[in-house]
Amino acid sequence: MNQWFILAVNSIALGGLLFLLSAGFSLIFGLMRIPNLMHGSFFMLGAYFGVSILDSGYNFWLAALLSGAAMAVIGAFIERFLLRRLAGQELAQVLLTLGLSFVVADVCLMVWTGDPVQPATPAHLAGALQVAGLFFPLYRVAVIVIAVVVAIALWLMVDWTRLGAMIRAGVDDAPIARVVGIKVSQLFTLIFALGAGVAAFGGVIGAPILSVYPGLDGEMLPLALIVVILGGTGSLLGALVGSFIIGLIYNFGQAMLPDLAYVILFLPMVAVLVLRPQGLFGKVVP
Amino acid sequence: MSASAATQAPASTTALGVKRLCKAFGGLRVTCDVTLDVAPGERRLIIGPNGAGKTTLFNLITGEVGADSGAVILNGEDVTRIPSRRRAHLGLARTYQIITLFPRDTILRNVTLALLGLSKLRWDPFISLDRQHHLNDAARAALARVGLDHLAERPLAQTSYGERRRVEIAMALAQNPKVLLLDEPFAGLSIDERRDVQKLLLAIPREVTIVMIEHDMDVALEFAERITLLHFGEVIVEGTRAEVVADPRTREVYLGH
Amino acid sequence: MTAIALQRAGIVLGILLLATLPYWVGNAYYINVASQILLFAVLALALNILVGYGGLVSLGHAGLFAIAGYTAALMLENGYGHLAADLSALVVAVFAAAVFGVLALRTTGIGFLMITLALGQIVWGVAYRWQSLTHGDNGVNVSSRPAPFGISLAAPESFYFATLIVFLIAIAAMALFVRSPFGASLRGTRDQARRMNALGYNVWLIRFLAFLVSGFWTGVAGLLFIYYNGFISPQVAALQTSAEALLMVISGGTATLLGPIAGAAIVVIMKNVVSAYVERWNMALGIIFVLIITFMPEGLVPGSVRLAKLGWQAWRKTGTRAGPAQETAS
Repeated sequence: MNQWFILAVNSIALGGLLFLLSAGFSLIFGLMRIPNLMHGSFFMLGAYFGVSILDSGYNFWLAALLSGAAMAVIGAFIERFLLRRLAGQELAQVLLTLGLSFVVADVCLMVWTGDPVQPATPAHLAGALQVAGLFFPLYRVAVIVIAVVVAIALWLMVDWTRLGAMIRAGVDDAPIARVVGIKVSQLFTLIFALGAGVAAFGGVIGAPILSVYPGLDGEMLPLALIVVILGGTGSLLGALVGSFIIGLIYNFGQAMLPDLAYVILFLPMVAVLVLRPQGLFGKVVP
Repeated sequence: MSASAATQAPASTTALGVKRLCKAFGGLRVTCDVTLDVAPGERRLIIGPNGAGKTTLFNLITGEVGADSGAVILNGEDVTRIPSRRRAHLGLARTYQIITLFPRDTILRNVTLALLGLSKLRWDPFISLDRQHHLNDAARAALARVGLDHLAERPLAQTSYGERRRVEIAMALAQNPKVLLLDEPFAGLSIDERRDVQKLLLAIPREVTIVMIEHDMDVALEFAERITLLHFGEVIVEGTRAEVVADPRTREVYLGH
Repeated sequence: MTAIALQRAGIVLGILLLATLPYWVGNAYYINVASQILLFAVLALALNILVGYGGLVSLGHAGLFAIAGYTAALMLENGYGHLAADLSALVVAVFAAAVFGVLALRTTGIGFLMITLALGQIVWGVAYRWQSLTHGDNGVNVSSRPAPFGISLAAPESFYFATLIVFLIAIAAMALFVRSPFGASLRGTRDQARRMNALGYNVWLIRFLAFLVSGFWTGVAGLLFIYYNGFISPQVAALQTSAEALLMVISGGTATLLGPIAGAAIVVIMKNVVSAYVERWNMALGIIFVLIITFMPEGLVPGSVRLAKLGWQAWRKTGTRAGPAQETAS
C-alpha cells in the first residue's frame, strides 16, 4: 500500500515538474502560436547550468534561480534576434526552434560530456516526513509546493496584472491587440524569455529526481507537447491539470507496463485530438 | 432527396430557396430568420450596408458555413445537410469577394481546375493534365466568354486586378452552374472594366439563375430584376427593383432616417 | 535549343552519368555514398509529396521510414524470405500512413506538424522501449540483401545499380503524379483549400490519399535503407531523422522534383564529410537549418539561383551605360 502511495506522491511531483516545463510552452504556444521545439532544450540546458553553478559551491535554490534568469536572457535574445526576423511565418519559426534544439543538444554534449549527472537533493530536504503512518519523501513534497507556488504566481500575473491582461489580449487576438496599442512584439519576447526561464528553473529543480543527461531534452519535449494538447494551449489551468494527469499516467504506466509506458502517454493525447481538438481547457485549436 | 419542411412556393418555381435560415457566431446573430425564393433564370440582387450578413448568407448557401437552423433548397432539393463540396456537383457556383485564385498557375490552369472539380478525372494520378484536351479546350472557351482567352498562358501573378475578377467569373461559368452566386463582382474595377463585366453578365443565358451581392448601385440596379435588402442579418425589404427603390425603409437603412 | 529540349538532354545526361557512376568513381566508399544519396532522395521525394505539393509539413516521417524497416528486418529475422518481408513492410507502411493521416489530418499547418511529431515519437518509443518486440536499443540486424533473379547485391556496385533502378522508378512515378489531375488537385488544396472545396473537390480525401502515396515511397526508402545499412535501431525513428528528411526537402527546394534530390545529396554529403572531421553533426545540422530558414527559406537551390540572378543583374548594371536597364520579372 505504501508503495502505491509513494508512487502517487512521485507522480504528483513529476506532474509538478511537468508543469514547470509546460507552463511556458503553453503560454508561448498560446501567444505566439508556435510549439517551441527547443523547450526541452531550455529544460536540459537549464539543468546543466544549475549543476555547474552547484559545483561552484552555490546554494541549490540560488543555482535554480540563477539558471532560470540566465535562460530567460538567452530566450530573450533568441526571440528578439532570430524569431522576430521571421515574424508572421509560424512554420519557419517552429523549424528554427527545431534547428536550435539540435545546436543546444550538441553544445551540451560538448561542454558537459555524455555522462549523466545527478546532483544531490538539498541537505535539509533529504529524507521523508511521516504523517499518519504514511511516508512523504520531503524533496518530492517540496517540488509539489514549488510548482503550486509558481502556478499561483503565474496565474496572478496573467489574471490580475495589466501585463497579464495584455498577454490575454494577445492570446485572444494578436492583430487586434496591436491595433489597440499593445506592443505585441515585446510581449512575445517577454513570454518567450519567461517560458525559457521557468523551464530552466524546472530543469534544476528536477535534476535531483530525473538527473541530467544527453537526450533529456528529447524526452521532455514530447511530454510538454502532450500536456499542452491535453490541457489546451494558452491555458495555465490546462497545463496544471494536464501535467498531473500525465505525471500519474507516466509513473503508474512505468510501474505496471514498462514496455508500453511511453506509448500509453500518448493515448490521452490521441483521444483528445480525436474528440476535442482544443484540449480540456484550451482556447486555441492548433 | 426530397424537400424536408414544406417550401412556401411549389418546388418547380424555385431555383434557389432559403427558408428561415439562422446563424450566430458566438453571441452575435449574423443571419436571422432569412427566407428567400429565387425563381429559375431570375436576376436577384442582394444589398445592404456593411455587416448586414450578405457574404455569410452566401457561405450558408454554399455550405462553407453550417447553419444553426433553417433550410437551403437548390433546384427543389434540400441540400442543408449536404456538404459544400457536393453542392458544386449539384449546379451551384460562386465567386468570392476577395480574390481567391491559384497564384502559382496560369489563368488557363485556374479555369481548368474549376472544370476538373466536377470531373471524375480529378482522382487520376497517372495521365497528364495538360493533355486532357477536352478539359483545356472547355477552359479556353470559358476564358473566351470573359474575353481573356488571349491571355490563357499568362501566369496569374502577372495579371491585373480586373483580369483576375474576370477569371473568377470564368471559373464559375466554366462549371455550367444552374445557380450562380456573385459576391461583389464589380469591386475595385475601373469604369471600363465595370462595363465589360456588366456586358458579360448580361450575356449569361437564362438557364443560369444569378444572385448577386453588390455595393455599387449604378451597375447593379441595372442588372437586377428583384432585390432583397438585408440589414443586421434580417430581410428588411424585398420586391421588384422599382418597389425596393421606392420603399421608405430602404432609405432608412442606408441613411438612417 | 528550346528549354524543353535542353531539359530532356539534361535528364538523359543525368541518367547516363548515374548509370555509369561506378565506373568513373571506382572507390567503393563513394559508390556507397551515391547509394545513400539515392535512397534518401526517395525519402525526400516521398516527404515532398506532402510538404511541397500538399503544403503539409510532417515531422514524423522517420516513424514511417522506421516502421517499414523494422517490419522487414524482424520478419527476416524470423525466417521469412525477402519477398514476403518486403511486401509486408510496404503494406504495413501504407497502413501506418493511413493511421498517421487520419489523426494528423484533423488539422493543418502547425497542428499537423505537432501531431506528426508526436506520432513519430510514438514509433520511436515503441522501437526503444518494447524490447521484447524490437530488441530496443540493440536494434535488429539485417544479414542479407535480396537477390532479385539470383543476382547478388552484396557488392557496392550491384547494390548501387539496384538502388538506382528503384530510384528511377520512383522518379518516374512521381513525375507522372505531379503532372496528373490528382497532382494538380493536391497542389490546389495547398494553395486554396477553401476554394477547392467549393469547386467540388474532397480536400480531406485528396490529402489522405497523398499521405498514403507518401507513406508507400517512404516505406520503399526504408527498405533500401535496411539493406544498405544491414542494421536498424530506434535512432532511425527519432525526431532527428525526421528533421534530416525535412532538411533535405527544404534545402533543395520544394517546388520541383529535382529539389529534394539535390537536398538529399547536400545533406548526405555534408553528413559524411562533417562526420569524418568532426563529431558535431547535430550542431552542423542545426546551424544549417537555422541559416536556411532565416536566409533562404525557398531552399538552397532556388535561393542560390535567386542570389546568383541578383548578382548577375548587379554586374550587368555596372557594365551597361546606354539604354534603360532591362528588368527581369522574378
